Amino acid sequence: MSLVFAAGRLLSGASRVAWRKTSLCGDPRRTSARQICSRLVTGALWSENKVTVNFINRDGERITVQGSPGESLLDVVVNQDLDFDGFGACEGTLACSTCHLVFEEEVYHNLGPVTDEELDMLDLSYGLTDTSRLGCQICLSKSLDGMTVRVPESVMDIRQSGGSV
Amino acid sequence: ITALSWHTYPWSVWPIPLCSTNQAPSGWMGSVTVQMFVCLLQGSPHIQVDIYERLPVPFGLVRFGVAPDHPEVKNVINTFTQTAQHKRCHFLGNVHVGKDITIQELMQAYHAVVLSYGAEGNRTMGVSGEGLPGVYSAKDFVGWYNGLPCNKELQPDLSHETAVILGQGNVALDVARILLSPLDLLKKTDITQNALETLAASKVQRVLMVGRRGPLQVACTIKELREMVNMPYTAPDMLPADFQHVAQALADLPRPRKRLTELIMKTLNEDHRGRQGVKRWGFRFFRSPLEVLPSADGSRASGIRLAVNKLEGVGDAVTAVPTSEVDEIACGMIISSIGYKSLPIDPAVPFDFKRAIVPNNMGRVEETTGLYCSGWVKRGPTGVIATTMNDSFDTARTILQDLESGAINVSVSRPGSSEVVPLLEKRGVRTVSFADWEKINAEETKQGTAVGKPREKLLDVREMLAVAWT
Repeated sequence: MSLVFAAGRLLSGASRVAWRKTSLCGDPRRTSARQICSRLVTGALWSENKVTVNFINRDGERITVQGSPGESLLDVVVNQDLDFDGFGACEGTLACSTCHLVFEEEVYHNLGPVTDEELDMLDLSYGLTDTSRLGCQICLSKSLDGMTVRVPESVMDIRQSGGSV
Repeated sequence: ITALSWHTYPWSVWPIPLCSTNQAPSGWMGSVTVQMFVCLLQGSPHIQVDIYERLPVPFGLVRFGVAPDHPEVKNVINTFTQTAQHKRCHFLGNVHVGKDITIQELMQAYHAVVLSYGAEGNRTMGVSGEGLPGVYSAKDFVGWYNGLPCNKELQPDLSHETAVILGQGNVALDVARILLSPLDLLKKTDITQNALETLAASKVQRVLMVGRRGPLQVACTIKELREMVNMPYTAPDMLPADFQHVAQALADLPRPRKRLTELIMKTLNEDHRGRQGVKRWGFRFFRSPLEVLPSADGSRASGIRLAVNKLEGVGDAVTAVPTSEVDEIACGMIISSIGYKSLPIDPAVPFDFKRAIVPNNMGRVEETTGLYCSGWVKRGPTGVIATTMNDSFDTARTILQDLESGAINVSVSRPGSSEVVPLLEKRGVRTVSFADWEKINAEETKQGTAVGKPREKLLDVREMLAVAWT
């Protein structure tokens, strides 16, 4: 959710904390300050239980971060201030496709079930692949430790087609 | 900061969603501008962005286009708010660019001006009877239930059983859904009180969405279709004859189109004929409007005459060609949802009347320097949220490139709003700041909470200004 980061970066450190939104993984419509607080508290307790995730950004660069089991990949992107343009614009409520991520094949098949509602939004994303999911719907667990996910291009680069709009 | 290296690059950005502007399906058009600002604000610590908006309230289509029962789509307002509160970003509402101030005056005051004023107009059917009472544009209908000030007097006539919507895009689905939603659901949304009361008295029982081409070309997206399929107290009303050859084509379709088509076809296989007391919704395919039929006394619309089409061509290039066959649907309300249209805003700005966009190359307006465009006025009024948002990132990148390359000359400093605001004041125009909007926001939220809604929108611009300037 780059907009949040951009804003977050410009705010002071204290107020940046208020921007860390976490959703109850698998239940995208519930976000609350209480959850934010409980995450901060339990964050310390989870520190031995971290899950390493490698993101390949749109420039092809690898960014390795750690998340906590139970966090969604959108939570990880937000909490780690990862700068992906426009990522997670609807804040995890299955109303957009901007948290679209591409998974490795074997990891993809071990992810949780995909609902019709997720598929409906995924169907609108650019560069849809057979191993695509929405980051806000994927919860971290130890079994995903070390996985690599790719942030796909969000728009066809019209410069490649050489024409004006 | 040394004197040598400090440049101020004030940027004027002009997102004005003019009265009754584009209503996107699950529209995020307001996000266009904001996403771009974030790029710009991040791109250099010296960039300042001023946003000029015609209404006293910001957010464009997120406020006036997104359906009231899609509140999660409006979450992006949180991010817009953060950006608008950035110290190098200023919102200046209540400014009518083109009337209170010209583009040329803005270009003199700023290093760069970005047009992102969307599509204020709508395509017309171009058929006789289009002006009869009972015929509305979807743009106006959506503006009415979403509280766009210039649509507050619309008073749509919902006293007839059948409503026909021309068009099958997400806007058409939104209109159908609002017409058929149970009141219990709508009354908890930010739909205007006026619209809620009118819908409570509605006699509309059947809504048909008419498209020129076939089921494989339907323009809506699956989320909106699924909402109709799942709508309580309704049943689908389709013509199986419209679906010949569709089943055979399914296997070769890309997944998104396949899932969408399968969902429509699922409605054919369920038998709703015996159900009583339900409202009906459906698609009618291969039909183009020929004429709106008047009632016997000529005082209003009472039906629509349609040409029956056949399809020619293949793939995405399939077109509808009229046959000699004609069809008629009796109805008391016709809503045309066949597309929006940008309008030229200032004679100084080139405009492509054929495509109804500002001619541009990657967002740089042709034949000008320092003038850019973004969003629907750049690309045409189509696409989902992500489409327009990503387009705005592109424009921002173009601007940052031009800044770096010197195509925008920043060696001369420009006064920005410190010149524009006094000029506006001299002309009797007082601006609305973002903090002023927050007073309107607080008032709307307070009024909404009293009736169990997220907000009760102020419908009158004078009322908005009175609250803003207390």
